Amino acid sequence: MKQFFVFIKKEFYHIFRDKRTMFILLGMPIVQIIIFGFALTNEVKNAKIGVLDFAKDAASTSLITEIQASRYFDIAQTLSSQKEIEPVFQKGNVKLVIVLPANFNAELTHLHTAKIQIIADATDPNIANQLTNYASAIIRDYQQRITENQQLPYTIQTQVRMLYNPQMKGAYNFVPGVMAMVLLLVCTMMTAITIVREKELGTMEILLVSPARPFRIIVAKAIPYLLLSTINIASILLLSVFVLGVPINGSIWLLLGVSMLFILVSLSLGLLISASADTQQTAMFIALVALFLPTVMLSGFMFPVANMPVVLRVLSNVVPAKWYYNIVNAVMIKGLGVQAIWKELLILSGMLIFFLGLAIQKFKIRLA
Amino acid sequence: MAAVSVENIIMSYGKKKQKINALSDISFSVAAGELFGIIGPDGAGKTSLFRILTTLLLADSGQASVNGFDVVKDMKQIRKRIGYMPGRFSLYQDLTVEENLHFFATIFQTSFSENYNLIKDIYVQIEPFKNRRAGQLSGGMKQKLALCCALIHRPEVLFLDEPTTGVDAVSRKEFWDMLQGLKKQGISILVSTPYMDEANICDRVALLQKGKILSIDSPAGVIAHFKNPLVAVKAKQMLALLEKIKTLDFVQDAYPFGEFHHVVLQNEKAVPSLEQELEAADLGHITMHKVQANIEDCFIQLMKN
Amino acid sequence: MNNDTAIRTHDLTKRFGGFIAVNKISFDVKKGEIFGFLGANGAGKTTAMRMLCGLSIPSDGMATVAGFDVYKENEKIKKSIGYMSQQFSLYDDLTVKENMRFYGGIYGKSNQFIKEKTKLILDQLQLKNEANLLVKSLPLGWKQKLAFSVAMFHEPEIIFLDEPTGGVDPVTRREFWTMIYKAAATGTTVFVTTHYMDEAEYCDRVSIMVDGRIEALDTPAALKKNYNTNSMDDVFLQLARKATRKSD
Repeated sequence: MKQFFVFIKKEFYHIFRDKRTMFILLGMPIVQIIIFGFALTNEVKNAKIGVLDFAKDAASTSLITEIQASRYFDIAQTLSSQKEIEPVFQKGNVKLVIVLPANFNAELTHLHTAKIQIIADATDPNIANQLTNYASAIIRDYQQRITENQQLPYTIQTQVRMLYNPQMKGAYNFVPGVMAMVLLLVCTMMTAITIVREKELGTMEILLVSPARPFRIIVAKAIPYLLLSTINIASILLLSVFVLGVPINGSIWLLLGVSMLFILVSLSLGLLISASADTQQTAMFIALVALFLPTVMLSGFMFPVANMPVVLRVLSNVVPAKWYYNIVNAVMIKGLGVQAIWKELLILSGMLIFFLGLAIQKFKIRLA
Repeated sequence: MAAVSVENIIMSYGKKKQKINALSDISFSVAAGELFGIIGPDGAGKTSLFRILTTLLLADSGQASVNGFDVVKDMKQIRKRIGYMPGRFSLYQDLTVEENLHFFATIFQTSFSENYNLIKDIYVQIEPFKNRRAGQLSGGMKQKLALCCALIHRPEVLFLDEPTTGVDAVSRKEFWDMLQGLKKQGISILVSTPYMDEANICDRVALLQKGKILSIDSPAGVIAHFKNPLVAVKAKQMLALLEKIKTLDFVQDAYPFGEFHHVVLQNEKAVPSLEQELEAADLGHITMHKVQANIEDCFIQLMKN
Repeated sequence: MNNDTAIRTHDLTKRFGGFIAVNKISFDVKKGEIFGFLGANGAGKTTAMRMLCGLSIPSDGMATVAGFDVYKENEKIKKSIGYMSQQFSLYDDLTVKENMRFYGGIYGKSNQFIKEKTKLILDQLQLKNEANLLVKSLPLGWKQKLAFSVAMFHEPEIIFLDEPTGGVDPVTRREFWTMIYKAAATGTTVFVTTHYMDEAEYCDRVSIMVDGRIEALDTPAALKKNYNTNSMDDVFLQLARKATRKSD
């Protein structure tokens, strides 16, 4: 047992004494969360828009104030004629123009109906769609409020609810994806690399010749990475709750439990790679091509699996990250319990047994 | 019981088409307490042999045992009883001298203090650097640390694969002095080296070339097998001298050797003939004298036969 | 600048921070000379050699190689020298011929030149049948000899050899040195480092570095006389034991 601990201690020395490893292990998750959470978000904030207000009455002014106050829009141009609309779009100054007709207040109060024109730059259809949705939502909000004040008997309301992600935050989608990626990076790639490094340096020769049991050597090498991964999960969850504002809707213990399962799957994949690679480069290459790319592409976190061609859909089933991604989505975002994820749990457990068995079988107690 | 016994070991590399014999039918044995040298150039098969004996590789055929334990069946027993220093510097470069020692002590289920006596003489030389990372030591210091690590569990048999390659002459000499000290403590040592001059320090040597043993004997015994007269010659124009000698039909072989050329003659009668020939040739300041062959001369002769 | 001088250094120094790797070394190497450059591990040999090859700018002092200044004309130096080391010599995954073609190309030699030279070398080394084999399939001794020929391919004025014979069998080692002798006889200057002390004897003159300084420089015979011994090994040991520096 003492052997075992001394091994783990040594492994921590390696990690703590190499700044690059330290950064990959502890800095990467934070960097990834921040990049995905902020920079790569598809959420629109402070989009520049133009307003053409023909009415300039009480109602139009208060609606414009409301739009300006929202965090989505920033009124960059106040236009005075129809002719000015085209040029501001062409210059790319604004993404959207809201046109309020003359007599806006009068029509609204007397006829109970008013028309507002929203013109969007649809070069990027996704953004145009989002912006018009936001604008309509603000206008509906406004309409709802003034109707309440007047207490009229019939009011037609359109109500759209965004399920699970009411603010349509990108972070909801990314957090589970980043968790899967980071765990894969730390557990699979780093574990594989450190084992292969011992082969490259020749220290594996000495270890194999020692009475230390080969499999125990490998397990001891994996343990520090297991510990570090739990730190990573904690830091990702803390960041997502307190910085990105993504709540944990389900049971945190269930979430940690399934993460542990996924870590074990990743570790056994790392062991499998280390058994077949002889240089750190090869290990890195296998990890990147065979694991990282499929994780990013096929786990569903970048591109929805349902929209993929059949071949890719079938292929995505062998990507462990896909199942983990589904689980985290269900537990963390939707707040579901074990009964909703038992199928995924079963698949991941099966993968763990398979990969671990293969890794043990392939592990060499000799050199060639 | 022999410390190491090797019988008819064959080991080959590569696919069927291009099979290269790393070791072809090697047999020898090392007595307990002996300092046994495997002398041979790179590619002779030294490392393969060491890896077979340290249970790291399986031979294609043949048998080998270490202290009576079979290298295939009794792998675990052997791994407890041997010390191994591979050819490359194989310690953790990012751990300090002390950390490396403690790590290996624990791996071998012992402690640094338990066998301190054995490594004391070597350790005191690296002790001033005990807090330095192994990667920052000089070549000679690294070798000493690696030796300490290989000895930390007081192995019965010590395997040293090219411990002095790439190490300067001073450190090499110190290293061999240390091995003499270990021998006195009763450890059997199998050491390989490409440096022929190091053979003389071993009790017995096996000259290995292309997977074959050319000769096994004590250094004196190997030299005794060298029957031809050997003459060292020197002149002002060394290259021309060598070319001239090579044209003479009573010369078996001639090659540069330090400041001289060594000339292997077919028989005693050829000595005066050589003298005559060289005096006739105008090469400037010719000197010649008979010399005793050394291991390198023997190796060259054995290689060419 | 004397026309008979291939390499000249005066107070050549290299510092890495506070550490003086090479400390004011001064020596001349004559054209066509075989110059042995010895020293213990960490004495500063490699650093000195790198400066002379134009790979590292000196901190102080002067040096010319083939008449070119190591500070300003390192591109010209590179064209006039050949370099071979034990570690890096040839591409294992190229054939013998392809390696020669590649090195000829690097030095901007014409196709005609490359073709003729390749044929000449293959003849000399008796490698004609192996010309289209991958270098990795050759025995080590052949590789070393081939590496030497490739380093000499562009007919450099000076050739630097960094421990060229490490681990090579005694017969090949001698064949190798015969090649060195021949190169020197045709006027090429040979600058060589080695750990084999008997090889130091093959050199016309030998310098021994200790702690960044050149402690001795003379013919092997004179060195042995001065240090009152009959082997270069002993000369080296006497000098190297004075070293106080113990790091690489």
